[in-house]
Amino acid sequence: MTRFETAFAKGPALVTFITGGDGDTAANLDALVEGGADVIELGMPFTDPMADGNAIQEANIRALAKGTKTADIFAIAAAFRARHPQVPLVLMGYANPMIVRGPEWFAAECAKAGVDGVICVDIPPEEDAELGPALRAEGISLIRLATPTTDAARLPAVLEGSSGFLYYVSVAGITGTQSAAQTSIEDAVTRLKAASDIPVAVGFGVRTPDQARAIAQVADGVVVGSALVDLVKQHGDAAAAPLRELTSALAEAIHTAR
Amino acid sequence: MTEHLPVNSLRALPDASGHFGQFGGRYVAETLMPLILDLEKEYRKAQDDPEFWAEFDALMKDFVGRPSPLYFAPRMTEHWRAKAPAGKGPKIYFKREELNHTGAHKINNCIGQILLAMRMGKTKIIAETGAGQHGVATATVAARFGLPCTIFMGATDVERQKPNVFRMKLLGAEVVPVTSGAMTLKDAMNDALRHWVANVHDTFYIIGTAAGPHPYPELVRDFQSIIGKETREQMLEKEGRLPDHLVAAVGGGSNAIGLFHPFLDDPEVAMTGIEAGGHGVDTDKHAASLTGGKPGILHGNKTYLLQDEDGQITEAHSISAGLDYPGLGPEHSWLHESGRVNYVPITDAQALEAFQLCCSLEGIIPALESAHALAALPQLTAELDEDKLLVVNVSGRGDKDIFTVAEALGVSL
Repeated sequence: MTRFETAFAKGPALVTFITGGDGDTAANLDALVEGGADVIELGMPFTDPMADGNAIQEANIRALAKGTKTADIFAIAAAFRARHPQVPLVLMGYANPMIVRGPEWFAAECAKAGVDGVICVDIPPEEDAELGPALRAEGISLIRLATPTTDAARLPAVLEGSSGFLYYVSVAGITGTQSAAQTSIEDAVTRLKAASDIPVAVGFGVRTPDQARAIAQVADGVVVGSALVDLVKQHGDAAAAPLRELTSALAEAIHTAR
Repeated sequence: MTEHLPVNSLRALPDASGHFGQFGGRYVAETLMPLILDLEKEYRKAQDDPEFWAEFDALMKDFVGRPSPLYFAPRMTEHWRAKAPAGKGPKIYFKREELNHTGAHKINNCIGQILLAMRMGKTKIIAETGAGQHGVATATVAARFGLPCTIFMGATDVERQKPNVFRMKLLGAEVVPVTSGAMTLKDAMNDALRHWVANVHDTFYIIGTAAGPHPYPELVRDFQSIIGKETREQMLEKEGRLPDHLVAAVGGGSNAIGLFHPFLDDPEVAMTGIEAGGHGVDTDKHAASLTGGKPGILHGNKTYLLQDEDGQITEAHSISAGLDYPGLGPEHSWLHESGRVNYVPITDAQALEAFQLCCSLEGIIPALESAHALAALPQLTAELDEDKLLVVNVSGRGDKDIFTVAEALGVSL
């Protein structure tokens, strides 16, 4: 079994996102795992995070202002893999930093660092050739996004060539802003699960254990990002304890949802 | 409007997937993908609909004031001929886009896009703007058709382009100052995209230049091609032949592609695109993405970008707010690599000098963007024979820039 399969086999999974290079990233990642996160998404900072709201935009700026380089992100990933051999690790970011040295270079670095999957916000299936083949050749999962605007005609194209899990963006919008109505999430997850065998994780606008519990009753995973990134902003280099606390409450809610 | 192109035409791109060679494409978040596929479908229908183009042409004539004149610039011609080596110094013509309603070429594209927006049943308009010319043009067409309009503008640009901000407000638009990044055009585009992704169901994004995800580079080019088509007819009428050389400034590149595109299959017509060289392309303060950048992905397309070794986008600089962008339209990247168009950087200082020369020699105050194109004249007039015909696209008027120019010249108003 892959690390993803193991993580999602235990019941609904908590997927947590923080931005690499923001705060004490290694300590923060450890706190997420200790708190009970099942899958880790590590954001690769980019100067122009067009799909992100204020919280993650600012985290990108903080990370870049500290001089965070792509090499630092891979170093953080490799060290994480050494400390946590079983926890699936996903790099999430934008196309340009991923392809700037060629997709083969990027995929090989992911493989070396023990990265399991990649989410690239601005490479839709239509432009898959830019990154997808290189990742699949290295055995790295390309995790695609489905959204409320992804209709039935389009869904097969989204699923084609994707693996690991499917990330359902529950609101048409940017990260960390509005939240979707529970009924619309239920309808969407039912539709996505009927079309695919891979787990469906739901994110965007999920901030509280109550929201997470409700979503975990229908989805295979719940993604939380901005709420965690806000804690890093608030607590700077001392964010590990509050991150552990929130993660633990989210994990409890999700793992006992059914 | 569908026309039959010659074999190996340079005007046949983009391909079916929206690429110009390796450039262009549709690099957007999944939420936007269905919408831009719809937009393409609707544009294909409009392309073949004579009623669409009849409405476009009627608005161009009576609302915009087209055709814009092709003007022989006698004193500019004499000035540079006198400085050129013997037998050199071509006849200089200006394509007078600055005489359009709202004072620039931007309105051509806005008319086309708002007609598309209404065909798609969209009820709200958004746009990004740098210098404010595209914002004013968008606010203008939104007012003309009675649609609410929100303009995203970098806070730095809001400060340096106050008259245009007030114009947009008079026209009924809401202007949202953007405070991320360097607070200029790139950041305005980021926030416009963020707003659009949350409002795709009822909102149409009127992109201001021939860039962004397919089909924007194509449709903006098509709407702006009226510049080149008119130039062609007007030059044939005045001189009985095609021009020998075309010059236009390239920020995103919509005025340049509009002038160049109808001539791409005429090998006898040479073309120069002018990039904003800022303080010089050997400094870190310029906006010359072809000269100083490399291919990458930003704002929905693959094109030349100013970026560091990690692919982080670097800040552009130009005295001209309209050129202050770290990329350019994908078709220009392709024309650059194919060698069909020659791209040259011009510095802030050269543009300022050309700005003043045009004012005093021709009685025309050009936009700082257009002044970059005019600044190529010293070089080009020294190379071209005096029987050659040179066209400069005076893409906008400079009233909006007088404060910037005054400051650069040390004059307090």
